[in-house]
Amino acid sequence: MANQQPNSGNPRVDIEYRRKKSAEEMKHQVITFALMIFLTIVAFVAAGYEGFSGWFIVPFILILAIVQVIFQLYYFMHMSHKGHEAPALFLYSGALVGFITIIAFLTVIWW
Amino acid sequence: MAAEQKMTYETWPASPEKQTLEAKNKFLGFWFFLGGETVLFASLFATYLALKDKVPSSDMALAKDLFEIPLAFIMTMLLLTSSLTSVYAMYHMKNFNFKKMQLWLGITVLLGLGFLGLEIYEFNHYVHEFHHSFTSSAFGSAFYTLVGFHGGHVAFGLLWITTLMIRNSKRGLNLYNAPKFYVASLYWHFIDVVWVFIFTVVYLMGMVG
Repeated sequence: MANQQPNSGNPRVDIEYRRKKSAEEMKHQVITFALMIFLTIVAFVAAGYEGFSGWFIVPFILILAIVQVIFQLYYFMHMSHKGHEAPALFLYSGALVGFITIIAFLTVIWW
Repeated sequence: MAAEQKMTYETWPASPEKQTLEAKNKFLGFWFFLGGETVLFASLFATYLALKDKVPSSDMALAKDLFEIPLAFIMTMLLLTSSLTSVYAMYHMKNFNFKKMQLWLGITVLLGLGFLGLEIYEFNHYVHEFHHSFTSSAFGSAFYTLVGFHGGHVAFGLLWITTLMIRNSKRGLNLYNAPKFYVASLYWHFIDVVWVFIFTVVYLMGMVG
């Protein structure tokens, strides 16, 4: 979306437009990065803090991890851009199979 | 548009990573590979979770005895920052600025090397201080397979990016090598995606107990 080429017929104008668009996108990337750092710090503090029980911390830091990965995929890996339908299908199929594998190992296997 | 065509700032397309047919195939094929990698790492995570703290005798170190917050935190910050620097590299790639792209890729490689160095120190520390090795317990095997596989990916990514940088150092950017740089940066981001789950599931959940 952000990097679609406009067709004004004037290459110079298009380049300026594109440069501005990508500079804007870069600003979003930096904000994303700051948020990811923040989420990481929250997760480490939550795990290090004695006052919380494991029943709270484990789901909490897992949610933080998932949010952070969504940032990474959609902003850093550009999945929010147009033309990422097939990549999304591939990745989510992989994630689904992976999720089932983890559930299976955690529930079927025991000692 | 021919892939080897000499490009200028004016003729450089908005999505150089998907301009030629080969580039489109590369892009699609690489994401397919990442889907497979997701399954691979998920199965290693599943194995780790099933075998966590499964040690043959009670005097052996468990997850909560091994892991320390500061080291895991520094490693996380290094890898997360290297993810941002490779975003910067791709930003300059899209603006047809080869020198700056190379510079940011170089910084990415340095941060990755720092991460890898700390991981080697960490493994060495566990083996010598805690006798926690690949063969000492099921826990050890699962831990080193999961974290080591990720470290192997980091090492491979570093070799890949360095090779690309050296191979193309005198060529500059064209539509033939731009997709190569793009795909390598996707791989680097994916390494960070996996690490987010490793520091959460292995280190933080390990310290919680």
